[in-house]
Order: sequence, then C-alpha cells, then structure tokens
Amino acid sequence: MKKIFSRPESMSKKPFHYCPGCDHGVIHRLIAEVIDELEIKNRTIGVAPVGCSVFAYDYFDVDFNQAPHGRAPAVATGIKRVRPDSIVFTYQGDGDLAAIGTAEIIHAANRGENITAVFINNAIYGMTGGQMAPTSLIGMKTQTSPYGRDAATAGHPIHMCEMIATLESPVYVTRVTINNPANLMKTKKALLNAFTLQKEGKGFSFVEVVSTCPTNWGKKPTDAHKWLTENMLPVFKLGTFKDTQGVEKS
Amino acid sequence: MAEKVLMKGNEAIGEAAVLAGCRYYFGYPITPQSELPAYLSKRLPEVDGVFVQAESEVAAINMVYGAGSAGARVMTSSSSPGISLKQEGISYIAGAEIPCLLVNVVRGGPGLGNIAPAQSDYWQATRGGGHGDYRTLVLAPNSVQEMADMTVAGFEFADRFRNPVLLLSDGVLGQMMEPVSLPDPVDYDIDSKKWALGYNSKEKHERNLCSSIFLDVDELEEHNWHLYQKYQVMTDLFSTGEYKDFAVEEHLCDDAEIILVGYGIISRILKTVVEKCRKRGIKAGLVRPKVLWPYPAHVFERLAKTANQFLVVEMSCGQMVEDVKLSVNGKKPVYFFGRTGGTIPSDFEILNEVDKLVRPD
Repeated sequence: MKKIFSRPESMSKKPFHYCPGCDHGVIHRLIAEVIDELEIKNRTIGVAPVGCSVFAYDYFDVDFNQAPHGRAPAVATGIKRVRPDSIVFTYQGDGDLAAIGTAEIIHAANRGENITAVFINNAIYGMTGGQMAPTSLIGMKTQTSPYGRDAATAGHPIHMCEMIATLESPVYVTRVTINNPANLMKTKKALLNAFTLQKEGKGFSFVEVVSTCPTNWGKKPTDAHKWLTENMLPVFKLGTFKDTQGVEKS
Repeated sequence: MAEKVLMKGNEAIGEAAVLAGCRYYFGYPITPQSELPAYLSKRLPEVDGVFVQAESEVAAINMVYGAGSAGARVMTSSSSPGISLKQEGISYIAGAEIPCLLVNVVRGGPGLGNIAPAQSDYWQATRGGGHGDYRTLVLAPNSVQEMADMTVAGFEFADRFRNPVLLLSDGVLGQMMEPVSLPDPVDYDIDSKKWALGYNSKEKHERNLCSSIFLDVDELEEHNWHLYQKYQVMTDLFSTGEYKDFAVEEHLCDDAEIILVGYGIISRILKTVVEKCRKRGIKAGLVRPKVLWPYPAHVFERLAKTANQFLVVEMSCGQMVEDVKLSVNGKKPVYFFGRTGGTIPSDFEILNEVDKLVRPD
C-alpha cells in the first residue's frame, strides 16, 4: 500500500493542546509541510510567542526559543544575526504582535531582517481568557469590552499588513485565511513564498493568517469559520500588500 | 599583554569585549554610556561583528536573548532607566540560562533622575531586578583597567555558569581616561555550546530549546532549585573557592580598628581617606567588594572579630550597607555615610565622618 498522507517530518508527535475549531494546529502543519518541502528542517529555528501558541516549540521538531510577550521579532533578530544560514521564523498572535510587540515587529520589518513572521489574527486574546485585542472588531463583545468595542474609547481594529506594507524594507506582506480548502492552499503557498524568500536571502516576509477562536468568541467550532468569513474578512481584506520579488506572479 | 593605551572606561569595555570574542552588541542610546556603543559601532564591523541599534532597550535585551541562545558571546549596555527597561528580558535570560554580559553605567535616579554618576542601582543589580527566583553575577570595577579585565572575566563567568553577568559601573568610571593594558585576544567558537540554537555539528543531536516556561508546578520548582544550586556553587567559588581573591580587595585591614567599605569609584576615594587616617594615627582599613553578588560576606565575618566598627560609604542613600550589616551580623556596629543624586563625596567629608566615629568627643 502506498502512503499518501502522513505527519510532516518537521512536526513532533506531541498532540496539540488547542481547542476544537482553533486554526493553530492546521497552520502549524502548513508551516511544517513548507519546512519539509524546502528541506530546511535541520537549519530552521522557530521563535514561540506568549499566548495560546506559547508551546509551539512542542509541536515542531526544530530548534526553538520561547520569547517574552511581543518580543519574538527582536529575539529572532539576535538569532538570525548570529546564524545567518539558519531559517528563522516567528509565530505570534494579535495580542503579542499588534499590542505589546508593535515596536518589535515594525522595526524588525523596517530593518529588513531576513526572517519570516507569521501573524495569527483572531481578533481576541486567547490564553488569558478572551480580552479585547487591537484587532477586535467594532462592537465585538469580549471579557474586557462587555458592551462591545467602542471606537470612541478603544479605537479601531489595527491593520498590521497595511502598516507594514508602508515600509520600504519588507519584501513580502500578505494576508490569508484557512476558512475553506481553496484559501488553505493559498495560505500554504503564501508560507512557501515567505520561507523561500528567506532561504534566498531576500529579506523580511510577513504572513498574516485571519484565524478562529471559537472558545473565546462563544461560537461552536463548526460555526467559527462562518463567523470569520462574515465578520472578519470584510474588515481584514485578504490579499498581498507587498511583493517586491514578484513571487506570486512566478 | 600589550603596551598601555589611554582610553575612556566605556571604550575599554568595548575593546575588551572584542578581544574576549564578543562579536554581537545590541543597545539603545542613553547617557552616560554612549561612548561604548559608539566605539563598538565602529569596531565590530572591522572584525565581521554585528552592531545593532535597537528600537528600545526592551528590544535590545531580547536581541541579546536571541543571540545568546544561538551560542554567541553577546553584550548590551545601558544606564539606570534603560537597565530598568531590560529587566523583563534579563529575567527570561536568567530563567533560560543564557550567558551574556550586561553593562550598567549607573546614573542618578529614581525616574529620569540625572546623568551624573551614582550607585543607587545596587539593590536592582544584586536583588534580581526582574521577577522570579534568580540571580545575576555582579562585578564592580574601580578603574579603566578593571573595566577591561572584568569585561573579559564577565564573558568567561557567563559561559561557565550559563548565567547573565552584570558589570556595575558608574558615570565617573565610564567617562574617565586612564592607561590600560588590553587583554590578549580570545578565539571564540560559537559552536562550543552544544545546547545552542543552530548548533552545528557533524554528530547527530536532539533539537535544542531555549525557554524559561515550566507550566507544571513541579517542573518549575525543580528548575528553581536547580538554579538555586547553581547560585550556591557560585557563592562558594567566590567566597572560599578559586575566585575568593577575585571577589574582594583588602587594604590595611589586619590591624584596623575602623574598616571603611565601598565599591567602584568610591573605593578610590576611600583609599585616600585610609592613608590620611593612618597619617593621623587612626588605624583605618579598606574593604572593597569587587563582586557584589555573590557578596563577599566571608571577609566581614573575619574582620568583625578584629575591627571595632565599620563605615560604609556609597553614592546612594544606603543600599550596600544592608549587605555589610547582614555579613557583620550584629557583631560590631556598622555606620553609613552617603551622598546621592549624582554627588560624589569628598575625602574631607568622609574623613570628618571617621573622626566622629573614632573620636566621638
């Protein structure tokens, strides 16, 4: 019998701790597939965030650093400068990357660090129990916005791709989602583009994945992608905001 | 050892770091340590090293965390308010047991304070500074020569103990110029650390992880006791072991009735005071801790048997005096004299204090 589907080599055998309907596991798998396909497992170094994916290092069978909240791009900068031949990626959620770590992601991008930043945007703080994030939608009820996010006092959802795309150094900035099989394949392609650019020494790449958090959204796992599609995608428009190397045309 | 060259203290740290095999510096501008990053921004590219001016002290210390995780000899420097910002990262670095050298060229505080020299970060330096059960090895130079020597020693200690090492300097030592013999260069191999991320080796090895998270309470307790045991080993080495002479300088203590105690730049003033005392028939001695954590308590335990009293002098409202009191343990009186806010006490002022103590009438 021929084996046509198995665990990527770059994934460990540890079962995910993620909630039912959470997208982290699938995105982890896509990253591991890309690492396998590019044959870079033995020189890939990941940087795990603080948040639900704090244990990302348990699920990848590659070297890892576990960074302080928001600081993954700074830690990745240090690693990459010491080991320029390694492939360094960060993996952060919206509280980590778009609130406490805004300075670190913007400046790593602006320096054009030759790393790949994966940004999981599910519009809420997951691990701490569902607080309002910088990416929470207007009117969205969370533990710390019980009356719904009010733009007058809490501002508007932050669009990280659009902000980072204004900088000159980044080479690839794209927003994707895995709400259906076609988009999942596009996400895989975006990750492949990003890691390939790094492998070729082209510079900073940023992949935002609009994702679910059924537990803290108060949705059934089966309804989460529907809610994402109807509520998040109109605010966080899918697409590529910067592609200086033309990887999406090739 | 090469011929002596005239250098500023901050520059001596930079050159000594390069000679110690440090090729990575991450920092953020702040007075009065700017000569150090300025020097390394020029010097590191000459040796294929990396200088990054980070977006903040917070980012800089996390770049240090990353570079140290990847096996490099790496350093950062700052001054008091900037060191406060780095504390979160230092706690992670201590928890993950990543070697690195940190330099604090102390200025007046609290808050923005001023840019004049001070010793008011002693508690922050020796009591952890950041959160959690951890320790940093703290070295206190008192000359430009020691700025260089302790930089080299700092990298060696950091690697030996897998622990951050803090060089606690001040605005005087950083800015002043003195002749210095630079150390011999070290050829450092980033693949000398098998635990490092990206560790390159022909032999097959397990993947490496640098982390300070132990969610299971039993695992964290075990980790904390492991750190504690390491700190005990360090304490023993600097009190009775191979570094006991490195840890402290004693001057004319054997017959001293009053022991003056001070570290860093203050110790140079105290040496003058001791000599003036001796000329006036006062049997004074000097204890200068060169290592502030682990504290050289053993010296005070011994001298508490022979001396009548201790006078601790600091450029603060009194911080190290608590360690002297703990070490003397009530056996003899311990007094304090300090100037703060960036003011440096004169030998005359200190001599007055000594007079009051030895000739109370």
